[in-house]
Amino acid sequence: MDTAVTAKKKWWDGGYSPFNVSYGKLMMWYFLISDAFTFGALLISYGTIRFSSTSWPDPNEVFRSFPGMGHANLPLVFVSLMTFILIMSSVTMVLAVHAGHMRDKKAVAKWLTWTIIGGACFLACQAWEWTHLYHEGAWWGRNPFHNVDGTLASTNFTNFFFTITGFHGLHVTSGVVLNIVILANVLKGTYEERGHYEMVEKVGLYWHFVDLVWVFVFTCFYLL
Amino acid sequence: MSNEATLHSQQEVMHGAHDHHDHEHHHEDNFISKYVFSLDHKMIAKQFLITGIVWAIIGAFFSVVFRLQLGFPDATFPWLESILGHWAKGGRITPEAYYALVTMHGTILVFFVLTAGLSGTFSNLLIPLQVGARDMASPFMNCLSYWFFFLASLVMMASLFVQTGPASGGWTMYPPLSALGDASIGSKIGVDLWLISMALFVVSQLLGGLNYISTLLNMRTKGMSMTKMPLTIWSFFFTAVLGVLSFPVLLSGFILLLMDRHAGTSFYLSDIFIAGKALANEGGSAILYQHLFWFLGHPEVYIIILPAMGMVSEVLAVSSRKPIFGYLAMIGSLFAICILAFLVWAHHMFVTGLNPFLGAFFVLLTLLIAVPSAIKVFNWLTTIWKGNIRFTPASLFSIGFVSTFISGGLTGIWLGNSSIDIHLHDTYFVIAHFHIVMGVSAFFGMFAGIYHWFPKMYGRFMNNTIGYIHFWVTLIGAYLIFWPMHYEGMAGMPRRYFDYSSWTSFNQFGGLNQFISIVVILVFATQLLFVFNFFYSIFKGRKLTEQNPWKATSLEWTTPINPGHGNWPGEIPEVHRWAYDYSKDGRDFIPQTEPIGPNESAH
Repeated sequence: MDTAVTAKKKWWDGGYSPFNVSYGKLMMWYFLISDAFTFGALLISYGTIRFSSTSWPDPNEVFRSFPGMGHANLPLVFVSLMTFILIMSSVTMVLAVHAGHMRDKKAVAKWLTWTIIGGACFLACQAWEWTHLYHEGAWWGRNPFHNVDGTLASTNFTNFFFTITGFHGLHVTSGVVLNIVILANVLKGTYEERGHYEMVEKVGLYWHFVDLVWVFVFTCFYLL
Repeated sequence: MSNEATLHSQQEVMHGAHDHHDHEHHHEDNFISKYVFSLDHKMIAKQFLITGIVWAIIGAFFSVVFRLQLGFPDATFPWLESILGHWAKGGRITPEAYYALVTMHGTILVFFVLTAGLSGTFSNLLIPLQVGARDMASPFMNCLSYWFFFLASLVMMASLFVQTGPASGGWTMYPPLSALGDASIGSKIGVDLWLISMALFVVSQLLGGLNYISTLLNMRTKGMSMTKMPLTIWSFFFTAVLGVLSFPVLLSGFILLLMDRHAGTSFYLSDIFIAGKALANEGGSAILYQHLFWFLGHPEVYIIILPAMGMVSEVLAVSSRKPIFGYLAMIGSLFAICILAFLVWAHHMFVTGLNPFLGAFFVLLTLLIAVPSAIKVFNWLTTIWKGNIRFTPASLFSIGFVSTFISGGLTGIWLGNSSIDIHLHDTYFVIAHFHIVMGVSAFFGMFAGIYHWFPKMYGRFMNNTIGYIHFWVTLIGAYLIFWPMHYEGMAGMPRRYFDYSSWTSFNQFGGLNQFISIVVILVFATQLLFVFNFFYSIFKGRKLTEQNPWKATSLEWTTPINPGHGNWPGEIPEVHRWAYDYSKDGRDFIPQTEPIGPNESAH
């Protein structure tokens, strides 16, 4: 079974992968599509409930604190920092994958470590924000924030916020765990022995996906 | 590097698995790795099948119990009290038990039997064998898929034995009933266990589905282009795609429901009174759950029926010794059904508060499904038309499938119209429709598959005589059970009632209900005969003496009678033609592995 690529090769005729990718990567892509539907369903549910409500709390009023800044009014500054950290961790992931292509073990380990640190920082930020909101009286089933028009808000603002950011946080957590496992394998030399760093690419796909989902979550909860 | 390297190493692994097998043949596999945590797709298929059979017996038995209540509302059956205890005081089931039985009957049959038991079995068995692969892309994930299903089964089974009983709000688990533990006895821990079990089930489906898709895309043997694949594989492909895209939405819906139950949220709850007391929940929407549920729920019926369609196509071509009629049209219609499956979910909600204007679009899209369905039906009929049909139990069940699919499908056109639905919704007409078109048809496809591929699974045949008895009693019985329900439904008899005898409008059907219940018992007994045949034949059935007992063209019959892990002892055969060269150029059949001759044209 020679996999040499010739111009005349018929990709769909069997004996080869039609997309020229391993089954593992194919599975990861299909999984991500599937997971996109999970988040899609949650976000659309959020949209449905929000549009059927007469009014909704203003994110600029809710998310305006920054650790160590007391009562200073800094709307969306902290979440911007969080988002920046997560996007930077995607950049370091790209560099890790690239180093994998070069089969540069040391560089893969370095960039993967930075990615893990980025992910952990994001989670720490999220933990701070949740704690802060909790102390302000917000939780599942409790919503201290009023609607923009001053009326009493239903609890669904906080319900959806904690559920969806929590579900995303769970994804980040599992991503960090996966990255740590892969980093351990890199350091052990598993992939050096195997001759390729495809596993790094696969967790990379997952990591970018989690990052992309955050962009939507961020938009829906903080900007709209 | 790297693509070349990875792809190459993947094939190394495939070869490796094969060598490993040869090597291991000398010292026996141990019991655990061969029968329990097996990585062999054929063993995993059997695990799915036998677990499915166990569930089918339980789920069908539940229907016998509640049919006893519906047919004989005044009679008492003391033996019921001895098995159900306080759920059947004095030999008559309580209303709570009735709802629990109905709910569990639906859940078990739809998910555990006709999803896991049907596509889990045959996707696992046939995908590697028919595309020419040593095993699934990831045998380990495949094994996990079964064991997640097993865990889901355990949790669901446990829910049958808790003090307050299993979930009882209907298999659709609509809130607010399912979201509020105080709403009914069947909304307590039973619902939590139901949700946990279903979440595990979704994981199992996802692991399985990803494997099916990547195996049949990536690991086809040389020459097996997509349009040389048997229709079974196409149907498993679309089934897996439907599952991978729709089950996650259900999972989201369940997460929100679980939150409503335990975290004090109001995603689905608003303006509710329980026992005269107003609840604080506000701002949610019960309709939202229905959208999320039916976004899975409708594709789910195609997840159930598509594998049956694929297997019926294959069995009909083999047993009528003719090429399948309209092969590409068959693929096209599967594809069309797959797309439309995602666009029609709200026809389950015509009368739940859906905007009638929106309903009009869902009517149109729903009725469009009749087109690919009709294409398939006509292709099956033209396939067997003037064929030299061998009436094996498998082919009879396939023909039975076409029959029930037509008669159940036609009533779907009625129900797909939102205006007619105002009259017919929530009546026995609906029950009759979906049981015939989805329940009975899918079972017929499954039986066809079992009778047809049993020799491949166990190296023995099932008993034919019992098979014929099984078929005729089941076919006639299914029509006798569900046909009268159409009349009851048109007369307005509602679903889900515990006892109709106190309504003058409906007690005219007392005799008919009795008749239906008696037939249910007969049909159930015949299914037990099938189960006996199945297990008896595993050990004592007539042994297979040739590789290809049905004289079929597809690849699974080129493997040894009892294939080991790795399927083919030598090289995987190369494929040169499509799977339907029957009665061609004066030959009865030409296997896919035979090169196209010099005087021959590809189909």
